[in-house]
Amino acid sequence: MNMSRNPSWERKDLLGLKELSAEEISLVLSTAESFKEVIGRPIKKVPALRGKTIVNLFYEPSTRTRISFEIAAKRLSADVINIATETSSVRKGETLIDTGRNIEALKVDMIVMRHSYSGAAVMLARHVGASVVNAGDGWHEHPTQALLDIFTLKEKLGRIEGIHVAIVGDIAHSRVARSDIWGLTKLGARVTVCAPSMLIPPCIGEMGVSVTHDLQEALAEADAVNVLRMQFERDSGDAFPQQLEYFKNFGITEERLKKAKKNIIVMHPGPINRGIEMSSEVADGANSVILEQVTNGIAVRMAVLFLVSQAAENRKTRRTKSAKTESQVIAPGSLIGTPANSLLGKPVNT
Amino acid sequence: MDILIKNGHLIDPAASVDAVADILVKDGVIAGVGTGIQEEAQKIIDASGKVVLPGLVDMHVHLREPGREDKETVATGTKAAVKGGVTSVLAMPNTTPAIDSPEHLRMFQDIVRKTASSHVFAAAAITKGRAGAELTDFAALKAEGALAVTDDGSSVDDDGLMEEAFRLAKKCGLLVICHCEDKRLSQKGVINLGLMSTELGLRGIPKEAEYRRVERDLSLAAKTGCPVHIAHVSCRESVDLIAAAKKRGQPVTAETAPHYLIFTDEALETYDPNFKMNPPLRTKADRDALRQAVKDGVIDTVASDHAPHTESEKDIEFDHAEFGVTGLETECAGLASEFIASDQMTWMELARLLSSAPAKILGIDKGKLEAGRCADIVVVDPGREWVVTKAGFASKSNNSPFLGRKLKGAVECTICAGKIAYTSKKNFS
Repeated sequence: MNMSRNPSWERKDLLGLKELSAEEISLVLSTAESFKEVIGRPIKKVPALRGKTIVNLFYEPSTRTRISFEIAAKRLSADVINIATETSSVRKGETLIDTGRNIEALKVDMIVMRHSYSGAAVMLARHVGASVVNAGDGWHEHPTQALLDIFTLKEKLGRIEGIHVAIVGDIAHSRVARSDIWGLTKLGARVTVCAPSMLIPPCIGEMGVSVTHDLQEALAEADAVNVLRMQFERDSGDAFPQQLEYFKNFGITEERLKKAKKNIIVMHPGPINRGIEMSSEVADGANSVILEQVTNGIAVRMAVLFLVSQAAENRKTRRTKSAKTESQVIAPGSLIGTPANSLLGKPVNT
Repeated sequence: MDILIKNGHLIDPAASVDAVADILVKDGVIAGVGTGIQEEAQKIIDASGKVVLPGLVDMHVHLREPGREDKETVATGTKAAVKGGVTSVLAMPNTTPAIDSPEHLRMFQDIVRKTASSHVFAAAAITKGRAGAELTDFAALKAEGALAVTDDGSSVDDDGLMEEAFRLAKKCGLLVICHCEDKRLSQKGVINLGLMSTELGLRGIPKEAEYRRVERDLSLAAKTGCPVHIAHVSCRESVDLIAAAKKRGQPVTAETAPHYLIFTDEALETYDPNFKMNPPLRTKADRDALRQAVKDGVIDTVASDHAPHTESEKDIEFDHAEFGVTGLETECAGLASEFIASDQMTWMELARLLSSAPAKILGIDKGKLEAGRCADIVVVDPGREWVVTKAGFASKSNNSPFLGRKLKGAVECTICAGKIAYTSKKNFS
């Protein structure tokens, strides 16, 4: 992986990790490092996105992701509008494309969308000029969650290449699992997915992961385990295991962790079902980084919003300037050191 | 009007003609085929460098009228047909109301008489309202002109009822066309079950949903001795079953569609609903098996399964987008650019697949370029390249998987029943 010389972000949207290169993922991570420093300051705001408007368009109830994006946008001085709506009326009401175009007509720069159908963000991005950041679409991808997972792992372990990560739970219906798999394998991690067979989707091995139905086997060599939320209330008609049966065989308990590596990192995208996918002791225990993930989520989402916005600015500049002029690429972090920074009193070097 | 088509490269699979010659059309019929025809004709078409084929026969077309005239009508659908070189279509009966009674069939034929630009043959439903519960009146439908029966769009789930349908169809001399899908297996699936459905987070349709029903229908048809035609074959396992049945000497024919021969489920990468159809695009291994089956004659014909839908039914969340793609205007050019341009197919083979074979399956007097026949002729420029655009469609709908693609091979002129039904140029003479 060659990270030398001006890695840059050119994408209009962030729709998933499958389409990103290792370099692009690393750029988000390094940018997020700068922003993590910012959110630790007494005054946590930078002017990077001043004058920009971001709409959080949430078709699925989500408190934590929506709040994380909202805080990230506000830390960057963007104006944020939240729209929460129901997908149940999707066929009767305004179409997604019409909604997107209406939002765009309000001169919005970026749409952060959560949707219960796979591919919704891809479709929206195809039909609007505004940047689209996927905050989770169906079972497809949840790129910012995976980026914050990877950010947290890198912070804890110092590297991603060569580490071994187990992902345990409902892989079949999990957008987090898919984004984690893309991101981790692109950066050279080994990934094992573990679940009852009915929750393992077909051909997943071809995505570059190992598959096991034995939790102890999955944990044996893992440097980290990402425990997915189990949604037993799911009303999809798909086959699903019994709740108690699941905890007995796949629940993460202290007993089981004792047989794993001593410093195994325990992650969870939240919200936790205590006593279902993991015990309370594990959730609150020394190996758990669950709350750090939440904090890192802000830094990572700031990085994503910043890079995507910057790419949009660069495209505009390129369009208006003559062909001779070099397009303006702003290095990550440099904006934190703009004049506004002097107001904050602490320039940042990256 | 008399038309003289001069110096075209004639391809007639029925008579094994593959030579440069002229065709004279008089009073709606082919008056003569030969070299150096000297005749005064009102219209002379210089076809030098062009390929001249019998008008194409597409035995799987959804014209949507009556009931869904917002998607397509007999008028627009048959305009699309002749634009694609198709002069005969078999209209599927899944309209609203369904073509499930002599009255509905007469109503449909009345629309055809008033508005069609091509020949339109009708298939009637197997069950009333296509509900899978009660058989339609096969004898009466046959008497009114139905060529085949099918519940296309769904399969008759009741084995006993389906066996009865085969028995009755055999008695009446009707072809049974089977849409093979076990809904208990396909359920809410939207694309092929496999790596792509896993990556995209979409519900998958297993191949078993198709081939188990192919297996059942082949066995019921064999039991009753009724000729059966398997529609839109999409996977390798179905091909194997059909090949085995043919080997046993069973009267079975099969069709696939251009999209199954050209694309795979990898085309769904961007969730483009114009690649969403039922059965779904399968894997490369399936596509290759279909290509081989076409070569081997296991698959007899290629039909478009032309399934127009409005943009508001397609450009929505992928799960909700309607199944189906248009195909009348791209089937000839699509196959030509994919297979003839790369020397994997000859024009003779294409003419057989798209014209003489389906005519034979349906038992209609089409697919031939002989004197005395109804003059259904298509002139194709094999070298002309064109780009498929929304604006270019004669169909009311634009849901084509070929959108944006450059195709090689263009229909220059279509003559249907001796009349010029389509020309690519205003003053084509």
